[in-house]
Amino acid sequence: MAVKILMPKGSDTMTEGKVLKWLKKEGDQISTGEAVVEIETDKVNMEVEAMGSGMLRKILVQAGKVVPVGELLALIAKPDEDISSLVKSEGSAGAQPPAGSTVPAPAPAAAAPLRPPTNASPVGTDVAPVPHAGPAHAALKGGATPSAQEPANGGRILASPLARRMAQEMGLDLNRIAGSGPAGRIVRQDVERAALLAVGGRAARVPEAGSAGAHPPAPPPALPRRPALVPTGPEFYDEPLSSMRKVIATRLVQSKAPVPHFYLTIEVDMGRAKELRESAKALNPDLGLSYNDIILKACAAALELHPQVNASFQGEAIRYYRRIHLGVAVAVEDGGLITPVIRNCEGKSLQDISREAKDLIARARSRKLNPDEYTGATFSISNLGMMGIEEFSAVINPPEGAILAVGAVAEKPVVVKGQVEVGLRCRMTLSCDHRVVDGATGAKFLQTLKQILENPVYLAF
Amino acid sequence: MSIRTYREALNQAMREEMRRDETIVLMGEEVGFYQGAYKVSKGMLEEFGPMRVLDTPITELGFTGLGVGAAMVGLRPIVEMMTFNFSMLALDQIVDSAAKMLYMSGGQFPVPLVIRGPGGAGHQLAAQHSQALEAWFCHVPGLKVVMPSTAADAKGLLKTSIRDNNPVIFIESEVLYGTRGEVPEGEYLIPLGIADIKRRGKDVTLIAHSRMISVALDAAADLEREGIEVEVIDPRTLRPLDSETLVQSVKKTNRAVIVEEGWPFCGVGAQIVDILQSRAFDYLDAPILRVTGADVPTPYAKNLEHLAFPDKQHVMDAVNKVLYRQPASADAP
Amino acid sequence: MQPTDVGSNTANLTELFCGPDHPPAQTLEERARREEPALLKTLLEQMLLIRRFEEKAAELYTLGKIGGFCHLYIGQEAVAVGAISTLGPEDYILASYRDHGHALARGMDPGEVMAELCGKQSGVSKGKGGSMHLFDKRRSFLGGHAIVGGQIPLAVGAAFASKYLKQPRVTLCFFGEAAVNIGSFHESLNLAALWKLPVVFICENNRFGMGTPIERASSLYELSQKACAYNMARTWVDGMDVLAVREVLKEAVERARKENAPTLIEARTYRFMGHSMSDPAHGHYRTKSEVEEQRRHDPIKNMTVALETTGVIDSEFLDELDQKIRDIVEEAVAFAERSPEPEPQELYTDIYAG
Repeated sequence: MAVKILMPKGSDTMTEGKVLKWLKKEGDQISTGEAVVEIETDKVNMEVEAMGSGMLRKILVQAGKVVPVGELLALIAKPDEDISSLVKSEGSAGAQPPAGSTVPAPAPAAAAPLRPPTNASPVGTDVAPVPHAGPAHAALKGGATPSAQEPANGGRILASPLARRMAQEMGLDLNRIAGSGPAGRIVRQDVERAALLAVGGRAARVPEAGSAGAHPPAPPPALPRRPALVPTGPEFYDEPLSSMRKVIATRLVQSKAPVPHFYLTIEVDMGRAKELRESAKALNPDLGLSYNDIILKACAAALELHPQVNASFQGEAIRYYRRIHLGVAVAVEDGGLITPVIRNCEGKSLQDISREAKDLIARARSRKLNPDEYTGATFSISNLGMMGIEEFSAVINPPEGAILAVGAVAEKPVVVKGQVEVGLRCRMTLSCDHRVVDGATGAKFLQTLKQILENPVYLAF
Repeated sequence: MSIRTYREALNQAMREEMRRDETIVLMGEEVGFYQGAYKVSKGMLEEFGPMRVLDTPITELGFTGLGVGAAMVGLRPIVEMMTFNFSMLALDQIVDSAAKMLYMSGGQFPVPLVIRGPGGAGHQLAAQHSQALEAWFCHVPGLKVVMPSTAADAKGLLKTSIRDNNPVIFIESEVLYGTRGEVPEGEYLIPLGIADIKRRGKDVTLIAHSRMISVALDAAADLEREGIEVEVIDPRTLRPLDSETLVQSVKKTNRAVIVEEGWPFCGVGAQIVDILQSRAFDYLDAPILRVTGADVPTPYAKNLEHLAFPDKQHVMDAVNKVLYRQPASADAP
Repeated sequence: MQPTDVGSNTANLTELFCGPDHPPAQTLEERARREEPALLKTLLEQMLLIRRFEEKAAELYTLGKIGGFCHLYIGQEAVAVGAISTLGPEDYILASYRDHGHALARGMDPGEVMAELCGKQSGVSKGKGGSMHLFDKRRSFLGGHAIVGGQIPLAVGAAFASKYLKQPRVTLCFFGEAAVNIGSFHESLNLAALWKLPVVFICENNRFGMGTPIERASSLYELSQKACAYNMARTWVDGMDVLAVREVLKEAVERARKENAPTLIEARTYRFMGHSMSDPAHGHYRTKSEVEEQRRHDPIKNMTVALETTGVIDSEFLDELDQKIRDIVEEAVAFAERSPEPEPQELYTDIYAG
C-alpha cells in the first residue's frame, strides 16, 4: 500500500505551497514519522513527515516548484510495488493552480502532520493561530487546559456557537484566536480577549506580507480568568462641570459645529531630530530638549513660510496674523485642558522656546497661569505621543485656523532603498478650518514642516 | 399567608377543591381510614365521608381505569398512587385510556382526572421503590405532568390541576412532604405551564425540578461565595414545558446545567437539552450538561444510594465545567 | 361503602343464579309468542342491519377503503341487539374493538359509522378513532377499546359515577371470553362487587380468543362461574337466541338499577368470520365443517324462522326488509365515500381539552 506525500494545507488560507528542499532522495528507506521534505506555506516553512514506511520510490515535484495544496509530491512504497497508476494519475508535478481559483483545496485527510523546522527562528509557540494543529496547542502560552493531545481534526476550527457569532459580529478572524476550551475550543472569553487586543493597537497585527522571515505574532499573554463582573449600583453618576470644562465644552462646540474641519496626516522621520536632541544633551544636559520643543520650533519656522495657515476666520474677512503665538495643549491635573501660549515664536530660538514651554506647562498643570498667558494663540499644537497615541485629530481652538496633533515618536520597520530598516517615525495630523486653509495649503505647510524636522539644520536659520 | 408543610399544602388544596366542587372524589390505597400512607389525606374521610374519600383494594389498574371511566361521565376524580412506582401497573389505563380518550373520540370525552402521589427516591427504599418515572409520562401526548418543589407550589399547582379538564400526572416527593414554606391562604392558583425562577443570576442557568431544586439552590449558594451568579429555574410543569423561560435564561447566561433525579438515557433533561440547543444555539458558549441519577437500579446500601443521585458537589462540578473554570480548591487563600 | 358494608347477603345472590347450568327455559319460538310484534320486527331488523353492514365492511376492507384492523361481528348479532334493547337512552355502553354491532344496535347512524371506518371527518370520532374506537356521547356509547380488557375498569368507573351522582343509569360492559383472564377483569369485578356498582358484565364467549380456543386459555371455562370469586350474581345464556339474551339482560339491568349490584353474564355465541379481516374464517384453527355446523345456529336465521312460524312476518316483509337494509347500507357507503378526509390541522386538535 503506497504512502503518499502530499502538499499539506498549512493554514486555512493556503492555496499553494513551495517545495523548498528534499530531505531524502529516491531510493532512501523511510520510516513512519520521518521528515521527508521541507515546504513553504503562506506563513511559515515546515517539514512534511511520512505517514507510513517504505522506500522513497519517486519524487514528483522538484525543489523550487510551487504546487497547489493537495498535490502529490512523492510516493513511498515497497521496492517492488507497482506505483505506475498512482504516478500517472497524480503526476502534475509543478503544475500551477488555475488562474483565478479562489477556493483553497481542502486539506486531504492523509496530509502529513505539520511540524515547524527545528532550525528556524523561534516559531514553536507561534504556530498558535492555526488552532487545528493539535500539538501546537500544547505550546500555547496562557492556554488553560486545552487537551493538547487531541489529534488534528481535519481542519475544522473548534469554537462554541456563541464564540463564532461574537467573532463574526466583531469582525474577528477565528483563525487568529487561540482557544482555551477543551481540544482548543474557542470560547467567549477567548474572543473577548482577542477583541481587547485588536482595539489595543497594531502591535498585535501580523507584519505586512512579503517580509521574509515574518512569523505570526506570539499568542497574547494570559489574562487572569475570572467570572464576568457585574457592576452593582446605579448605572451612572453626574459630576457637575468645572468652570474649565464648561469653557472647553462651549468653545469647542463653537469650533466644531460651525467650523468645517478637514484633516491631513503626514509621517515624519524623526531620526535627525533625535540626533539633534542627543547632540544638545551632550552639549548641555540641563537643557532637556524634548521632541515637542523641536516640533514647536519647527512649526514656528513652517508658519513663517506658510502664513496662510497662521490665520483666522473672522466672518467677513480672514485674519492673517503677523506674529506667531503658539498654543501648547496641556492636560490639567483634575481633568481638563488648557493651552498656554508661547508668544512671538518667530523671534525665538529653540532654546528659548524650550525654556518657556517648560515653564508654562508646569504652571498650566498647577493652574497658575495668568489669563494673558493662555489666550491669543494663532496656532496650536497638541501632543499625545507621551501617552502612546500613534495619531489623532484635534479640534481647532477657535478662532484659530488650524491645530497640529502630534503622535508618538516610535520605532518602526521602514523600507529604505528596497531594504527594511528600523526607522523613527512620528505621525502628525493637521486639522484645518476649510474657510481659511484649503487642502493644498495645508499639505504644503505639512511638507515644509516635515522637511524642517527631517533636516533640523533649517532651525539654525 | 402562613407557614405550612408541603403535605399540609396538598391537604389544604384537596379540601378546598372538594368543598367547592362536589364532583371531586379522592380514591386510593389507605387514603381514608388510615389517614393516608403519607398522611397527605389526613382528616379527609372525616370531613367528606366514605362516598368521597374511597379506600381501594390494591388494584392500581382497576381503580385508575375506574377513575378514567368516572371522569368521562361527569366526575373529577383524584386517584392517589401510594407511590408512583406502582403507577406502572396502571400504565395501560393512564396511557391508552386517560391520555388518548379525547383524541380517539374525536373530542367527545375529555378526562378531567388527577393522578397524584410521591415519586422519586426516599431513603434506602431500594430498587423498586425509588424510581423517578416522570420522563415516561412526559413522553405521552394528552397527559400533563406537574412536579411541585415547594409547599406553596404544591398548593397552587394541585388546585389548578384539579380544575384542569385533562389527565394530570401530579408527582410529589416523599422527601419533600415535611418541608415547610409560606403558603398563601385561600384561592391560590398557579397556572400550569409556567416555570418559576427560584433564584436569579447571570452566569449560568441551572434547571431542576422537585427534590433536586434544593440541591440546585445549595450549589448556587456555595457558588455565590466564589463569585458565580447562578440562575435556578424550576419548570414546575414538565408537560407542557415553559420552554420560553428556559431559552431566555440561556440566552442571557450562555450556558446551562440540568439536574434531575431520573436515569440519564432519554430522561427529561435530554428533552430540555434538545430544546435549548435548537432555540439558543448561537448563544451557547459551552455544551449543555446534565447531572442525573446514576444509570442503575437504586441500591439499598446507604453509601451506594448516595452515589446514585445528584448532590451539591456534582452540580458545582458541572457548573464549573460549563464556565471553563477551575473550581476554588479548599486550600486556596 | 363503609367497611361494614361488606356483603352480608352473599348466599341470596349466589342462590339466585349460581349453579352449573342455566339452560334456556323455552325455545326462541316460545319466547317470541310472548313479545310484541313491533319489538320482534325491530330486533330482526337491527340484527339484519348489522349483518349486512359487516358484510359490506368486509368488502370495503378488501378494496382497501377500510384500513388497519377490522373485527367483524357476524354471527354474534343477537348478543348486542338483545342486550341493548333492554337499556334506556341514558344507560352507558362500553365494548371492545369488535364494536360495530354494538354501535349500530345503539342507534348510531350507519353512515357515520361507515365514515369512521373509512377514516373520514364525518365519522363518529371525526375519523381519528377508526374501527376500534367508535364513540357517541349523545347516545352514551363510551367506546370501542382496543386493549383487551381495557374497557372493563372504565365501565366500573362509569357505574361508580352514576351511583355517586344518584342517577338511575346502568352500565353495560361487553368483552370477549379471552378477556376473563386479564388482570383488569379481575380488578374490575372485584371493585364492582365490593363497592356495589350498577354494572352488567357481558362476556361474549365466541369460544376463540383469536386463534386460541377457550379450553386452552382458561383454567376454568364455565366462564360465568368466575363471578363466584367476587361474590357476584351470574348466569349464562344462549347467545344465538336474541330473546333469551334479552330476557337475561332484563333481569341483570334491573338488579343493577334497583340494587346497585353487578352481574356477570356469559353469552355463548360464535363468530362465523375470522378474528379479524386478517384471519381466515376457517382452515387455521377451525375446520370448515365446524363453522358450517355453527352456521346452522345463525341467530338471524333462527329469528326469521321463529317469526315466520309465529306469523309475525311473511316473505313479503322479509323482501322489503332486505331491500330496506340494503338501501341503508348502500347509502351509508355512499355517504362515507363522498365525505372528505379530516383536515390536516386535525392532527393536533383534541390533545388537551380547554
